[in-house]
Amino acid sequence: MAVGKLTFTKAEREKLAEVLWLLNWISVLTGAILISLGVFLKVEIQKWQEVMSDQGILYVPNTLITTGLAACCINFLGGKICLDCADTNKFLRWKLVMMPYVICTFFFTSCVLAGALMCYSIRSQLEESIFLGLRNTMRFYKDTDTPGRCYLKKTLDLLQIQFECCGNTGYRDWFHVQWISNRYLDMTSSIVVDRLRSNVEGRYLMDGVPFSCCSTLSPRPCIQQQISNSSAHFNYNQQSQQLNLWRRGCRQALMDHYTGIMQSIGLTVLLIWLFELLVLTGVRYLQTAMENVIRLGDPDSESDGWILENSLAETARSNFNIIKNLGKCYQIDDDPNINVPTASAEQEVPSRGVHIPVTS
Amino acid sequence: MPFMPVKFNSQKRVKLAQGLWLIYWLSVIVGIFIFSLGIFFKIELRKRSEMMDNNESHLVPNLLILVGLLACGINAFGGKVCHDSLDPVKFAKWKPMLKPYLMMCCGFNGLLLLTGLLCFLMQFAVYLTLAEGLKNSIKFYKDTDTPGRCFMKRTLDMTQIEFRCCGNNNFRDWFEVQWISNRYLDMSNDLVKDRVLSNVEQKYLMDSVPFSCCNPGSPRPCIQHHLTNNSAHYDYDHRIEELNIWTRGCREALFSYFSSMMSSIGILVLGTIILESADMAGLKYLTTALETMEDPENPECESEGWLLEKGVKETFGDLLTKMKTLGKGNQVDEGGDAQEAAT
Repeated sequence: MAVGKLTFTKAEREKLAEVLWLLNWISVLTGAILISLGVFLKVEIQKWQEVMSDQGILYVPNTLITTGLAACCINFLGGKICLDCADTNKFLRWKLVMMPYVICTFFFTSCVLAGALMCYSIRSQLEESIFLGLRNTMRFYKDTDTPGRCYLKKTLDLLQIQFECCGNTGYRDWFHVQWISNRYLDMTSSIVVDRLRSNVEGRYLMDGVPFSCCSTLSPRPCIQQQISNSSAHFNYNQQSQQLNLWRRGCRQALMDHYTGIMQSIGLTVLLIWLFELLVLTGVRYLQTAMENVIRLGDPDSESDGWILENSLAETARSNFNIIKNLGKCYQIDDDPNINVPTASAEQEVPSRGVHIPVTS
Repeated sequence: MPFMPVKFNSQKRVKLAQGLWLIYWLSVIVGIFIFSLGIFFKIELRKRSEMMDNNESHLVPNLLILVGLLACGINAFGGKVCHDSLDPVKFAKWKPMLKPYLMMCCGFNGLLLLTGLLCFLMQFAVYLTLAEGLKNSIKFYKDTDTPGRCFMKRTLDMTQIEFRCCGNNNFRDWFEVQWISNRYLDMSNDLVKDRVLSNVEQKYLMDSVPFSCCNPGSPRPCIQHHLTNNSAHYDYDHRIEELNIWTRGCREALFSYFSSMMSSIGILVLGTIILESADMAGLKYLTTALETMEDPENPECESEGWLLEKGVKETFGDLLTKMKTLGKGNQVDEGGDAQEAAT
């Protein structure tokens, strides 16, 4: 009982081969689109890699790039094969390659699906990575003289300016870190010494934020120091406070940015996967139809094409048996030509000898 | 004696027609490109029009848009003529339009030359408009409650951040204007009162700059206030400090942006003149080659093509006399007739 059985006339087979040739070339294009999507995502992640703690996120764009390359190669080969499949004689050339080709295409199509699903599932890992990365970057903001951390200040300032955000979850995160280096603090001043002594770890904490948190939408010049003290500034009402700094946290801003990109990329890759599945189904039908034509012997006759020769359960069982027997290739088998000493070796096979009566 | 004659056989004519058709379509694409550059330039001017007091000249982008559209039309027509040129029936339809068409192409080339020159010359106008506009922008920075100027602060802040510049000539321009509105100044405070009274125009001036002048690449947190007072900050010398705020003026930054844009567009337009001239030359050769076929019924015959029927001097002489007769067309008939009889 074949799965998805269809009958093809000669004309239908030729039409199918032509259509598949065109679809394979379109798939090469979609493969190139996959590569470019992967490269774009990689560039976007690498732009702000310094504020992310986990570098493993790059496996998503890398998967997309390798799958895209595989798509281009496999579909290029597929185009050539399908062009030859219209003619029975030329098909004989590719007969042995067809089955491995179909299996490879099936695996690579699953990789495309995996790539699409990865785009959606990486969200929580990304959020964790951004949270930890931003926390560390804020801690190292002041270390512009430490090798390896010289440019964290510049990166974080540019991030806050570009994404219109401040701090990790909000601007108050800056109140918990010392973001002014000790090199620029006058240690002889009593105010500075008091502030340093006022907390356990001896850090210079204040209710001030860097300039990059300033909102360009505010109608008044930016208030960066003594933010929580309304009496320190003239006419510092609720509305001034709301508009003064960026309200959004940078983690949220970066998450929104990357989620948007990944959702669109995921959707595009899903569509590409559906297209590849269509091409795979067509190639499978063409392969089985051409093989049946050769089996029937008459190149002009009708032939059947299917997705699976037997039902799903039987195919699974036979494949499972093949795999089981692959493992048994070094074990004893039932070949009668091999002399295998069995457990009842001492038991001789009773010979059908002539019963010679003993005449005494 | 034709000017620059070339012999054509049938194969050469076909090749010329095909090659010319391709070049015409290339010219159409270049025309589309010039049109889109014109639109891009117009959008950029509109974006920064607040920095230029809203009276910047849109002559150059409008001219570019017009030139782009004309280029598309003229070159598409030329391509169609080339496509039909090898079929005598179709070509006969276009033959009478060719002379006016070539005249129009000459005029179009002149327009291209004018546009190219304007791209380079209008840069001076942009410079002057920027200088004036930025001066006013800095003056109106604090007026976020005045209708018509509400967004000046935002635009100027974003310009300073994007173009990495501060002030008009440099950051000291901010010391000469009051950029903090009176609404946010505590007039009962003595310090404020002293500062306001310390100058003739009673402006609250200080040696500070807005936050948008800050350089993110500076190793220390930004120092915006008391910039010229070394003792106000620990380990600070304003004479040697270069990384704290942007040192470039916004006029210079904006001008270099616009001037590089205008210069590249100008070079492209001048290059288009060469392309158009090549088109015209090719078309002239093709049409003369088709006209001078000895045996119109036999497509295989040889023919000669040229750029000008007579030499350069003679053609110019003819042109001048024609223009003179045109000018004298309204005079007394006898004189006009005698003139025509003489030529």
